[in-house]
Amino acid sequence: MISPDLIGKSSKPVQNEIEKGAIRRFAEAIGDPNPLYRDPDYAATTRYGRIIAPPTFCITLNCGVIEGLNIKADGLIHGEQEFRYSRPIHAGDVLTCSLTVKDVYGRNGKSGGMTFVVVEQEGYNQHGEHCYTSTLKIIIPQRKEEA
Amino acid sequence: MALRDFQPGDALPELTKPTVTKTQLVMYSGASGDFNPIHTVEEYAQEVGLGGVIAHGMLTMAFVGQLLTEWIGLDGQMEGFKVRFTGMVRPGDVITCSGRVTERLETDGTLRLVCKVQAITQQGEVAMKGTATVAVLE
Repeated sequence: MISPDLIGKSSKPVQNEIEKGAIRRFAEAIGDPNPLYRDPDYAATTRYGRIIAPPTFCITLNCGVIEGLNIKADGLIHGEQEFRYSRPIHAGDVLTCSLTVKDVYGRNGKSGGMTFVVVEQEGYNQHGEHCYTSTLKIIIPQRKEEA
Repeated sequence: MALRDFQPGDALPELTKPTVTKTQLVMYSGASGDFNPIHTVEEYAQEVGLGGVIAHGMLTMAFVGQLLTEWIGLDGQMEGFKVRFTGMVRPGDVITCSGRVTERLETDGTLRLVCKVQAITQQGEVAMKGTATVAVLE
């Protein structure tokens, strides 16, 4: 059982170097041919100037850990996802990312009890500018917790 | 039609993605760092009662991200993107992404377009739906 005591707890921030190869492999995996994600010469002709990351790329960044919370554990259901963007993430940026537990609550549904965990991740670039906030709602079926 | 000319009710150009494959799920696992075996290990996915591997919800969200960025082009910047996962996507599925502008907001001299978006399977099942907000650049 994930404890409601975790609400408000934050991870120690982690630095992420944004590599153009990682962006290209992500774009290839999602099948998005946009040259902004792989062609530096093309990107240089746009207002971005450099390769940028696709909108959902920030989900791949390391935001650190909170003891007692594994958001990648088996049996979890990703229920909702929200991104708020202040500025694009460029290849070559260094993003400082962290996560905070915003809410933990239980609910009884048709298929038994469930725990909902709301986690917020934030990333700031090397200039200290906010790039993104990602909010995940994770659903943990009770039977998984008891197993 | 230029981005700034979109009105409430106007549809975004649809995007139908190539068939989702198991290879794509392996590639996405590697590229995203999400190695949950329900996406890649057939025996495991069977064992936990999923009837086979399922796609990452975030892969479907990335498809709809492509719908949005192709529509926006260089004329705007996405500010918000929020979705709810409502169904499972499996290898062999063909996902079509679509959207519609619902609002035009003008604040502090910036035009913002709010749209509803969704991803549906070839069976017509809604796998994901949500909203996005786009700032239109001068």
